[in-house]
Amino acid sequence: MKNLNSVFAAYLVGWGVFFLFYVTVAKRTADLKVEVERLKGVVGKR
Amino acid sequence: MGKRVLFGAVAVLLVIAGGYAAFFIAPTERTMGVLQRIFYFHAATAWAGMDAFFLCFACNLLYVFKRQQKYDSLGVASAEVGLACTTVVLLTGPIWAKPAWGIWWTWDARLTSTFVLWLLYVSYLLLRSLIEEPDRRALLGALFGIFAYIDVPLVFFSIRWWRTQHPAPVIMGGPGSGLDPTMSKVFFFNVLAMHVFALFLIVERYVLEKMKADVEILQREAEAG
Repeated sequence: MKNLNSVFAAYLVGWGVFFLFYVTVAKRTADLKVEVERLKGVVGKR
Repeated sequence: MGKRVLFGAVAVLLVIAGGYAAFFIAPTERTMGVLQRIFYFHAATAWAGMDAFFLCFACNLLYVFKRQQKYDSLGVASAEVGLACTTVVLLTGPIWAKPAWGIWWTWDARLTSTFVLWLLYVSYLLLRSLIEEPDRRALLGALFGIFAYIDVPLVFFSIRWWRTQHPAPVIMGGPGSGLDPTMSKVFFFNVLAMHVFALFLIVERYVLEKMKADVEILQREAEAG
């Protein structure tokens, strides 16, 4: 089928962008969870 | 956490069903052939992105008048998701344009105004990242966000006011526009799926922003103590 490659490329690139965005949000959330626990420990010690 | 995972699963299932409908249920368009199937993803993502920017605009306005942290957090969360959607639109558009028009890009009214929209929201996020003081960052961000939203109606009306390279609107395009009934159902299902997916991303990003605010409070407490 003519241009089927372009259709697959569009869906692949689009979902790739969303996947990368979600991964960065999940990574930043995980890093911040660690930081919140660390700071709670610092504040709690006082 | 459980509700968010369930929401994410529903959103992913909906977009998978939308993709299935676009490939296997929607009829093949007469002139463009299989290439037209990009439209279901491209236009539905554009619509979800515009609505994410509207949410950002509403939150920016609410922040200016009420000065509540939650509006700032929801504003930046929806701006980032709107930007992700616009990035997808700006990438999938040229992939469609190359075989359809023979060129990847042209400075047509719709393409240019969408690119300006992308630049405006990149600037919004950059501006926020440059200001350390939370209240000042939220207020200046909100004011810039209100200004940036001016481009959204321009993007919407660009293909109605100026007839240049981008295809004429098939939805709300006036007399002569419209879609085949099956295509229309598939398209609106994809619009719904992309909105649910965008909302899921906004919720995830909002949780992150709330956590950032918690870290800032805890840091101040740690420094003061």
